[in-house]
Amino acid sequence: MPATNVSKATRDQSHARVFDLAELSLRELNQALHQLTPGSNETAWEVLNPKGSHSVAVGVDQPVAIDVRGSVGYYCGGMNAGGTITVHGSAGPGVGENMMSGSITIKGDASQYAGATGRGGLLVIEGNASSRCGISMKGIDIVVHGNIGHMSAFMAQSGNLVVLGDAGDALGDSIYEARLFVRGKVESLGADCIAKEMRPEHIELLQGLLDRAGVTDVKPSEFKRYGSARTLYNFNIDNADAY
Amino acid sequence: MTYRNPPTTPRKSATFDDYTLSEIRRAAATGIYDIRGAGAKRKLPHFDDLLFLGASISRYPLEGYRERCDTSVVLGSRHAKKPIELKIPITIAGMSFGSLSGPAKEALGRGATLSGTSTTTGDGGMTEEERGHSKQLVYQYLPSRYGMNPRDLRRADAIEVVVGQGAKPGGGGMLLGQKISDRVAEMRTLPKGIDQRSASRHPDWTGPDDLEIKILELREITDWEKPIYVKVGGARPYYDTALAVKAGADVVVVDGMQGGTAATQEVFIENVGQPTLACIRPAVQALQDLGMHRKVQLIVSGGIRNGADVAKALALGVDAVSIGTAALVALGDNDPRWEADYNELGTTAGAYDDWHEGRDPAGITTQDPELMKRVDPIAAGRRLANYLKVMTLEAQTIARACGKNSLHNLEPEDLVALTIEAAAMAGVPLAGTNWIPGKNGF
Repeated sequence: MPATNVSKATRDQSHARVFDLAELSLRELNQALHQLTPGSNETAWEVLNPKGSHSVAVGVDQPVAIDVRGSVGYYCGGMNAGGTITVHGSAGPGVGENMMSGSITIKGDASQYAGATGRGGLLVIEGNASSRCGISMKGIDIVVHGNIGHMSAFMAQSGNLVVLGDAGDALGDSIYEARLFVRGKVESLGADCIAKEMRPEHIELLQGLLDRAGVTDVKPSEFKRYGSARTLYNFNIDNADAY
Repeated sequence: MTYRNPPTTPRKSATFDDYTLSEIRRAAATGIYDIRGAGAKRKLPHFDDLLFLGASISRYPLEGYRERCDTSVVLGSRHAKKPIELKIPITIAGMSFGSLSGPAKEALGRGATLSGTSTTTGDGGMTEEERGHSKQLVYQYLPSRYGMNPRDLRRADAIEVVVGQGAKPGGGGMLLGQKISDRVAEMRTLPKGIDQRSASRHPDWTGPDDLEIKILELREITDWEKPIYVKVGGARPYYDTALAVKAGADVVVVDGMQGGTAATQEVFIENVGQPTLACIRPAVQALQDLGMHRKVQLIVSGGIRNGADVAKALALGVDAVSIGTAALVALGDNDPRWEADYNELGTTAGAYDDWHEGRDPAGITTQDPELMKRVDPIAAGRRLANYLKVMTLEAQTIARACGKNSLHNLEPEDLVALTIEAAAMAGVPLAGTNWIPGKNGF
């Protein structure tokens, strides 16, 4: 493993630390991010030439801002804890997987499993998300400006998934306690997922999520809420047809 | 005097035996398949079907009490900056907090640490009990990702990506609602009292090419320090081992069908997957074909009970073994001292396998605060350490008798098989012959 070559990293005019992946390796980038200590002044980072690299800015555990100029491969921002990551491009599979806190914004589209198993923080996808968005989510908030693909929020345990566009087949299959808000059409609902009443507390919650995601031109009242019917919470042989 | 035809002795069917009949009646009464813990109970070709030859004129033995026989093993030297160094080639397999009580997890950590070996988390996250008491802790990365977080990933000594397990290759898991205490519920981010299903596939990767990228992510998050194991059930050991190596694993763990589970359908446990003995040679062959034998380490589990089993597995080319069920027995599982309690549950000591129900009289597979008091983690940890010591001494005894100054110097040439089946599976000659079924075209 090459040692982190700090001297090669440069700074732009805004004093962000610039990390060019055309010159430095992914290992050097992630190592440098992991070496940050609480209170570091290196709070702004810019990553150039990601060119679809996997695992860009994974395991970040300090409150730093990272702007990635271009598209990324798998697992960008994986297990992020406190970082503010912006991808000025599209993201491959598993963006923000198992995120703990902080935020990730994708200016383009996201591939499969966006925000998978995420436990906290905010994932914003300004384009569309593919299948299995929010799979097994455990507390993360996800806001998708466009559409999401099939099997999204499969086994979603906790957190909120907000979709300004449409949702594909089998939304929320085997869902637990996560809340799903969809503004457009839902192709079909998965096992044990049902439409639910939008009560005032849900309107308030959704408004807060839209505000945090910087969405200003739509109202919470335009959304429908979906969640668990809770009929599959304890195994019952009479429900066997549902599986 | 009337003549009576001589009666025949009542004869029960070998096909419809007592167990089968009882299972048909149970299914008819309940409408649900049987769920239980532990691994395959049926009789299978196993290590008992192999024998060591020992030394003779052509091989000379080592002195049992004076000459050293090394037992140490290093796991994860392929890529990890900090490989795991174990004093003995016997590790403790992954068993979840949730399926096991806190004191039981602590006892496993204590016993393993006393013995210089590692223990493993399970499907439910890392507890302070096991981290605190395990000098070397392997953190499982499972499809459910219950309790998964980067802090625990970094304070683990190794990471085990679990693709499958021997009791149920291709199956997920289910922790029934009655075992979900507040603490278990919180660790798994789910409401108390509901069944917790563990998925059978990982949520964010599919197939060997994705696995390679996932392993890269885990290495990047942990700065390439931790050994990364890949654990598979004994389904297609040759290809699964080869693909795990290709994906970048430091260590491959192959779990045969005798390997235990906390809860799975009986039909799954007994009918899916291959016996441990049948998995070893294909896995070793895959490593040898890739030139990675002894570079990527192989751990095998499923029905390891004593030092002879350890020695036989190592002789077949394995680097270390893992024990689960046997470790629980050492802690006190199925102990006859609780026979009255077992009888109340409709079973008997030695047969109790309803580990998913949370009413374990031995206090091990439960979250009941009263029952779990029956496990004294210090005493139970000591028993596990004693047991591990005995297994190690037994394996050394055999290795010295075969003239080996390290357990890892045992080799297939030291073995013969008692049955044709075992000879074919293990790739060693049938005793008294030089015939290895399947070799050289016959």
